[in-house]
Amino acid sequence: MANSTSTELERFVYDDAIVRKFTLATIVWGFVGMLVGLIVAIELAAPRVNMDLPWLTFGRLRPLHTNAVIFAFAGNAIFAAVYYSTQRLLKARMFNDLLSNLHFWGWQLIIVSAAITLPLGISQSKEYAELEWPIDLAVAVVWIIFAVNFFGTVARRRERHLYVALWFYIATIVAITVLYVFNNLVVPASLTRSYSIYAGVQDAFMQWWYGHNAVAFFLTTPFLGLMYYFLPRAAERPVYSYRLSIIHFWALVFLYIWTGPHHLLYSALPDWAQTLGMVFSIMLLAPSWGGMLNGLLTLRGAWDRVRTDPVLKFMVVAVSFYGMSTFEGPMLAIRAVNGLGHYTNWIIGHVHSGALGWVGMITFGILYWMVPRLWDRELAYPKWATTHFWLATIGIVLYTVSMWVAGLMEGLMWRAVNDQGMLATPAFMDIVHRLTPYYWLRLSGGTMYLVGLLMMVWNLIATVRGARPQVQAIPAPATS
Amino acid sequence: MTDTTQKERFHRRVLENKAGLFAVVTTIAISIGGIVEIVPMFTQAAGPEKPDWVSPYTPLEVAGRDIYIREGCYVCHSQMVRPMRAELLRYGEWTRAGEYRYDHPFLLGSRRIGPDLQRVGGKYPDAWHYEHMRDPRSTTPGSVMPMYAWLLERSIDPADVQASVSALRKVGVSYSDADVSGVAASLAQQGQAIVARLATAGIQTAPDREIVALIAYLQRLGQDGRRAIEAGLTAPTRSE
Repeated sequence: MANSTSTELERFVYDDAIVRKFTLATIVWGFVGMLVGLIVAIELAAPRVNMDLPWLTFGRLRPLHTNAVIFAFAGNAIFAAVYYSTQRLLKARMFNDLLSNLHFWGWQLIIVSAAITLPLGISQSKEYAELEWPIDLAVAVVWIIFAVNFFGTVARRRERHLYVALWFYIATIVAITVLYVFNNLVVPASLTRSYSIYAGVQDAFMQWWYGHNAVAFFLTTPFLGLMYYFLPRAAERPVYSYRLSIIHFWALVFLYIWTGPHHLLYSALPDWAQTLGMVFSIMLLAPSWGGMLNGLLTLRGAWDRVRTDPVLKFMVVAVSFYGMSTFEGPMLAIRAVNGLGHYTNWIIGHVHSGALGWVGMITFGILYWMVPRLWDRELAYPKWATTHFWLATIGIVLYTVSMWVAGLMEGLMWRAVNDQGMLATPAFMDIVHRLTPYYWLRLSGGTMYLVGLLMMVWNLIATVRGARPQVQAIPAPATS
Repeated sequence: MTDTTQKERFHRRVLENKAGLFAVVTTIAISIGGIVEIVPMFTQAAGPEKPDWVSPYTPLEVAGRDIYIREGCYVCHSQMVRPMRAELLRYGEWTRAGEYRYDHPFLLGSRRIGPDLQRVGGKYPDAWHYEHMRDPRSTTPGSVMPMYAWLLERSIDPADVQASVSALRKVGVSYSDADVSGVAASLAQQGQAIVARLATAGIQTAPDREIVALIAYLQRLGQDGRRAIEAGLTAPTRSE
């Protein structure tokens, strides 16, 4: 500034208390959501594990698992890291502390009501939109609180320029609002039961327009934004390409919204919609890999640190899994491939390479980086973090490989026809039985992942409860 | 090169400094695909057909469908036979869009841990379903399906079903005033018929049991479509 005499210095502090709250919630709900995942995985291999209790059956618990992992684990992780990075990128405290706290407690209340209603069988039945209408209304209110708080902070920013991470946060807030509202339009019959205003194929279309874009705008764009903030911070390198970030951002948010119908290939959905869904899904490969490459190439010159720094290890593997699952996704969206993979365990494997590999791993990386800074402590057991990394990575590989094999096997056996033109395996049960060994293998992978998570929980608790690092006195010769 | 750097400058100078404008442009970018796909989907020309050979679910079937949703049956069972040779052999006729005309919400499912149920209606006797829900392994050895014994004990409340029928009418299902006011009578009548059929197999139950409603729904699945296909009322089979 030329006329520095007229410039007043403002002093402010970041609201890290809210970040710490969301961080703790991430860890707690991450454990709960994955534990429920483990229970439903056991139930497929050994159905009587539900002890014949209605609220422990697979049909009621699987929605709890998916909702807990998406909205409770990933949701709280997004909020923690968005609140941390937004304040720093905008050089401003969050707009309003009361809104921050309403956001936090409102979101936890929603999660608790989901955890109660879903096992009771109170459900709209649409995937990742199972919560009944009173909870949907609460979600809308809390989401608007988040939006006001976020855009209020943006309005009061001291840094004029909006960094790429913030573009992704903006896209997340805008898109989720639109998707959530239109997919959840229902007419209630009671407080706990409602009926979608859309019917049949139209309802299925709206659901997957929403469903696939929940993947896009809840599990992809916010985490890409976080990647753009935390990966350069952890690697201490600038983002590889500014131009690439512009291109892949706009291409990604434009293309993603078209892709929903790939969930309904070969269904009774009108063919034109199926074709649009397929074509746009294949095109989506380009911006997805643009993001992956921008992330990985940011590490150029810092690869030696990947060998020693667990934070970077987690982030590199996360971005790699993002690349792999965004390659697998477009492949599965090709009609012929989808004809084989749809309805099978292959899809479950695909989802988990995204959820465990991308969302989970980048969250762990961010937590290991952020928690020591939030509490001003050294990480208690750095070696444990590396062990966690290996457990998680091997766990994901066991999970996805077992599901690939199981999925291909059931897909092929369902369609196999013998020389007489009859089904080679007419009894469905004969195929079900063949899957059991792979369910156990999947369970071992999931268990490793959860054990790794528990090590992280222990490690972070020890970090938070540990002593502040000693301030070192610096020796220097005394002047007489 | 200069062209792209100028575009970059525009992005940096204008969009990245004006958050409101950035949010508006983003909203437009995410809306285009949605609008282009959603709007035609709700037209008669490009959307699914709405045939008159399909009729709304009876009150007992509505109650059964609510139970199907409550128990998360759709988590493991699809209701969508794809137009593929092996699926026709395994399940029967592929599903026509019109068959879902009154399905609020849709229940196509996304995973087949168990078999597709689109054509299960009429495939097994009522007593088979009763035993299968009580203990799936009694009818299907080695099944991984949970036991649903509580359906044999619990009862449905006609007032609840009436609220459902009434709400479904609001979303566009063609129920008449008489349909809504006659829910209790309809429930009793259809329930009695199923109870009588179960009695011939030596099973004693009451018409208001949840299992009876669920059987009514399962036995209805795919029936309208099957009859229409047999009568040649559906559009010609596409070449698959």
